[in-house]
Amino acid sequence: MTLLGWAQIALVLALTVAAAVPIGRYIAAVADGRVTWLRPVETLFYRVGGIDPARGQDWRGYALAMLAANAAGFVLLFAILRLQGVLPLNPQGASGMSSWLAFNTAVSFVTNTNWQAYSGEVAASYLSQMAGFTVQNFLSASTGIALALAVSRAFARGGLRELGNFWADFTRVTLYVLLPMAVVLGFAFVALGMPQTLADYATATTLEGAQQTIPLGPVAFQVAIKHLGTNGGGFFGVNSLHPFEGPDAIATALQIMAQAVIPFALCLAFGRIVGDIRQGRALLAVMLGFVVVATAAIYAAEAAGNPLMTAMGVDPAMGNMEGKDVRFGLPLVALFTATTTGASCGAVNAMFDSFTPLGGMVPLFLIQLGEVLPGGVGSGLYGMLVFALLAVFVAGLMVGRTPEYLGKKVQAREIKLAMLAVLILPTAILGFTAVSLVLPAAISSIQDGGPHGLSEMLYAYTSAAGNNGSAFGGLTADTPWLNTTLGIAMLLGRFAFVVPVMAIAGSLAAKPRAPEGAGTFPTHGPLFAGLLAGVILILGGLQFLPSLTLGPIAEHFSLLTGKTF
Amino acid sequence: MSILRPAATVVVGFTFLLGLAAPAVMTTVAGAVMPRQAGGSLIERDGHVIGSALIGQNFTAERYFHPRPSATSAADPQDSSKTADAPYNAAASAASQRGPASQVLLDAVKERMAEAGPAPVPADAVTASGSGLDPDISPENAARQVARVAQARGIPEERVRAMVEAATSGPSLGILGVSRVDVLRLNLALDEAR
Repeated sequence: MTLLGWAQIALVLALTVAAAVPIGRYIAAVADGRVTWLRPVETLFYRVGGIDPARGQDWRGYALAMLAANAAGFVLLFAILRLQGVLPLNPQGASGMSSWLAFNTAVSFVTNTNWQAYSGEVAASYLSQMAGFTVQNFLSASTGIALALAVSRAFARGGLRELGNFWADFTRVTLYVLLPMAVVLGFAFVALGMPQTLADYATATTLEGAQQTIPLGPVAFQVAIKHLGTNGGGFFGVNSLHPFEGPDAIATALQIMAQAVIPFALCLAFGRIVGDIRQGRALLAVMLGFVVVATAAIYAAEAAGNPLMTAMGVDPAMGNMEGKDVRFGLPLVALFTATTTGASCGAVNAMFDSFTPLGGMVPLFLIQLGEVLPGGVGSGLYGMLVFALLAVFVAGLMVGRTPEYLGKKVQAREIKLAMLAVLILPTAILGFTAVSLVLPAAISSIQDGGPHGLSEMLYAYTSAAGNNGSAFGGLTADTPWLNTTLGIAMLLGRFAFVVPVMAIAGSLAAKPRAPEGAGTFPTHGPLFAGLLAGVILILGGLQFLPSLTLGPIAEHFSLLTGKTF
Repeated sequence: MSILRPAATVVVGFTFLLGLAAPAVMTTVAGAVMPRQAGGSLIERDGHVIGSALIGQNFTAERYFHPRPSATSAADPQDSSKTADAPYNAAASAASQRGPASQVLLDAVKERMAEAGPAPVPADAVTASGSGLDPDISPENAARQVARVAQARGIPEERVRAMVEAATSGPSLGILGVSRVDVLRLNLALDEAR
């Protein structure tokens, strides 16, 4: 670790937080319907869809509309992937995906996971990339943000029946927030070297006379929304490591900012919606604290290098370079890794499977903590609010008072639903991993021996259920068993989590908002932030400790003794 | 049902807007304003494409600087059901994905160490890159290759060293990333210097 390295990390994080301030204010205005500069397009959607944007929906209506939009998106994407072989814009002649793979991929993009059991430049046509993946990158992100806005409104006033109109929130967030940001970032990416073309792959004759096929495509725009929407699905097989998807350190820094800025901004938008900006800042501070600690841990572990290679005479000065490209440098790899797994993005600028054991454990653990640090766009905020409710409940137990959050009494119904939501992740991750570790059909997908093999499988289900999408890529994921069960894990992680959360929002919205009194536990200070961090670690993380001990921790100690597999 | 009409509208409407119209506009504008970058930063010599400025190429001859090891593969020409090693196959980017204690990985590193000269060897010279297409090597790695290239080409080491210097970029904006040597740019410059 070097001072210059830490200066890079500090600079990129500071710029991200600075950008989150105006964006948070803007999102709050969009949520209010005060932004109208694409009014003709917006009203066209309402007219054709028979939507009355002013008609509020209760939590059930809102959740049902969200499920319908996502189901329609799934059907269309599944059809495009199955049929891409006979559809236009397929210069490389990619064939239709198998039904297993198309199911897994369609679920993956609709749930904002973007787990990829295929390699983009080999298995996806330009049409699938644009009309399929790019579109779902936008819509799954708008879905998350819309849900977060609805949940935020539940805290804004007392006696609310309605949480807003899903169709209006969804349309506005897409048009006013994501589309303009993606266009601007897309052009910046082209300037830095990302292709944006519909031309066929180029063929080059190299200096040594070999033929090299150079894949191209409409890369920049898709990569822009891939980060802004915390989707993470790469245009190319190696994601942001590909020189066309991560051309240099500036591009990688912009990607780090893009994948963290909306989750950060949503905390501040939440503060504005509930009328107390300090509440949003407290949530943001907790997220930021975890990101810094995780970045430091990854940076330290990777900078130390692989002791087995050092013993062979490799200079440890550059750190562990297997699975990394030269141009980004370790500090930006560490920060990218912490934000991409903390933020449920899943894009990568280094290969986690080849990280040192402890370096690889950090992204794994960040996802297991519930994808709230800062979490996906929208899903990070509503996930964090679930933990905030649990934190005030724990505080209430300690002092023997009825817990309140933002003046709303938190009672048995909310806590039961919150626990139901929080338990989805460990159930899906540990359940599927345990079954897969005894099924021969699943074990044959594992590449590495020893504890690392267990980590590969554990990471896959963690990534799927956490809707992250990054991977320990040695695992052979394109099999019927993994395609199907990982798809189910993604659906559980997304929808089985959010429906109870919406039920909590509906229940809290109806309650009166009590004014702050002398006995109110303040939820904007350092005491609450510390309590919240503790609840996330204990309720979110503790149940994974045994699995981490068998995987990365066991691998770390066996590596120190010089054992290989 | 009242819910189907808005659902179909937003999905179909946004597929048209975000999946076709927006990429088409982006492609047209980018192609007009920044044609080189939008087209993949291709390098042409005498009317032929010889590569992309961003994508690494494989070099094995003594007179060229060698890039990092690459884990990409391609269909085996003898048996298309199998894959064979094909370094810098840009049509299928890939990493080794081997864990840190993998015997396969350590055997590969050992093999590369035998050709890498005296220890300590810069890590990038013996480890496979993440993309399989890494265009860069570290300045330390390049410095160790100067003598070989100079001898193979029969030119003074000083001259080669100056060309390495010219192909080296510092951190972007003076702070982001690391110093690195662009292997294709360097080898092109060597060829053109004759």
